[in-house]
Amino acid sequence: MKRLLIIGAGTAGTMIANRLRRALDVEEWNITIVDPVETHYYQPGFLFIPFGMYSKNDVVKPTRDFIPVGADFVKAAADLIEPDQNRVKLADGRTLGYDVLVIGTGAYIHPEETPGLREQEWGRSIHEFYTLEGAIALARHLRTWQGGRLVVNVVENPIKCPVAPLEFIMLADWFFHEKGLRDRVELVYATPLSGAFTKPIASKHLGYILEQKNIEVVPDFVVEHVDPDAKKLVHYDESEVEYDLLVTIPLHKGDELVARSGLGDELNYVPVDRHTLLSKTRDNIFVFGDAAALPTSKAGSVIHYAVDGFVENFLRYVDGLDLLPSFDGHANCFIESGFGKGLLLDFNYEVEPLPGRYPLPGVGPFALLQESEMNHWGKVMFRWMYWNILLKGKELPLPARMSMMGKWAR
Amino acid sequence: MATKVIAGKEVQINDEGFMTDPAEWNKEIAAAIAVEEGISALTDAHWKVIDFCRTTTAGLGGKSPTLRQITAGTGVSTKELFSLFPKGPAKKVAKIAGLGKPEGCV
Repeated sequence: MKRLLIIGAGTAGTMIANRLRRALDVEEWNITIVDPVETHYYQPGFLFIPFGMYSKNDVVKPTRDFIPVGADFVKAAADLIEPDQNRVKLADGRTLGYDVLVIGTGAYIHPEETPGLREQEWGRSIHEFYTLEGAIALARHLRTWQGGRLVVNVVENPIKCPVAPLEFIMLADWFFHEKGLRDRVELVYATPLSGAFTKPIASKHLGYILEQKNIEVVPDFVVEHVDPDAKKLVHYDESEVEYDLLVTIPLHKGDELVARSGLGDELNYVPVDRHTLLSKTRDNIFVFGDAAALPTSKAGSVIHYAVDGFVENFLRYVDGLDLLPSFDGHANCFIESGFGKGLLLDFNYEVEPLPGRYPLPGVGPFALLQESEMNHWGKVMFRWMYWNILLKGKELPLPARMSMMGKWAR
Repeated sequence: MATKVIAGKEVQINDEGFMTDPAEWNKEIAAAIAVEEGISALTDAHWKVIDFCRTTTAGLGGKSPTLRQITAGTGVSTKELFSLFPKGPAKKVAKIAGLGKPEGCV
């Protein structure tokens, strides 16, 4: 019996367990999935919690509901991967051997890496929405907040769902309008990049949107520390941005397990081949999702398209055939822009987001790089699709590789 | 795609003056772009950072490294990077090293 061991029962690990359990012979392959947590989080939903659009119940379900029949779930933390011995030590002392290992351990926020962030004002005038607890605390804060200067700051890239900070601030614009407070709220987006939109074509199509919503952008802002008492962000060049309420997107890092096991880069992400997701140093370790050092977004849709091509590739792999360079970095994401509208992006490693229609060329129903109500409904529907289709490894009738059909070159 | 003559060599550039083909880059071009960016002379400290960016870009699919990758890889602190390449070192180094601008997904 061969052993496929998956560390992490998040989006990547769960999807792979479901897809491979169906594809692999149960008499030949044992599939085991290890995770210390028995709750599965729908992370894209965290964005809606601060504005009271979703509650906790909308974004959590028991992990075991999504573990396929014929796969074993081990509730334990992995303490160390020993690639030379092909085994994983668990925190409870047990050891699990493997023939093939899949790492899907994700990425986590580290506010403590920025001085001043996680100190006396944490949870008071400084909030985040990348954890469920953080999003709920922010919802509580916004319910009674009377206005002022709200600054959204990305500490450093890469972050999970790179558009979420923009969505947050656009939803905040709508939220304060609805509350009749918008004239008492200043909205500021401070980013280490050269602007809110950095890709040329997206900038051209969407550049107006923040100005129209009266959202100030502070580009090239690299925060060195936060002064929580004076309520200001201080740049390495000593320029400052003041706030009354700071919503931070802290530095992200991969799991410490990756670092302990000597498999990670400086941010604990595992270097992999970007087309096959195979580790660059080990030929029996694959890495999916946020845990991988890939030049594309850290997002569930990337996992979805990466896993689509992986199943066939894995069957080639077990038969000793060469892996195909099947993953092209394809991702698409709905971006909430407030007032019941949304945007949609579709891109890969080589092709930046372009305008057009998706998934049916010329028809849609979704509009790329353009605000529409249909895009908002796409995002709302997506939660159902996530729980009922994607996570369970059922296939969507969408091609895994990006298509230029339906896109306009400019 | 526009072209521009930098240090006597014609190279392809984008709208913001970033070179689009890293293979066209050479050290004279780097020095010339640095002058345009307000850095009159490139010292060994500058070159340490530029060389690091040139060598790591291959593993990043042609992308320029982030500030954290630069500080971890060179041992140069972020504060020093800001004094070497004032007002946005990640962007400035990328430009001088003939690499693409650090970008988000949109």
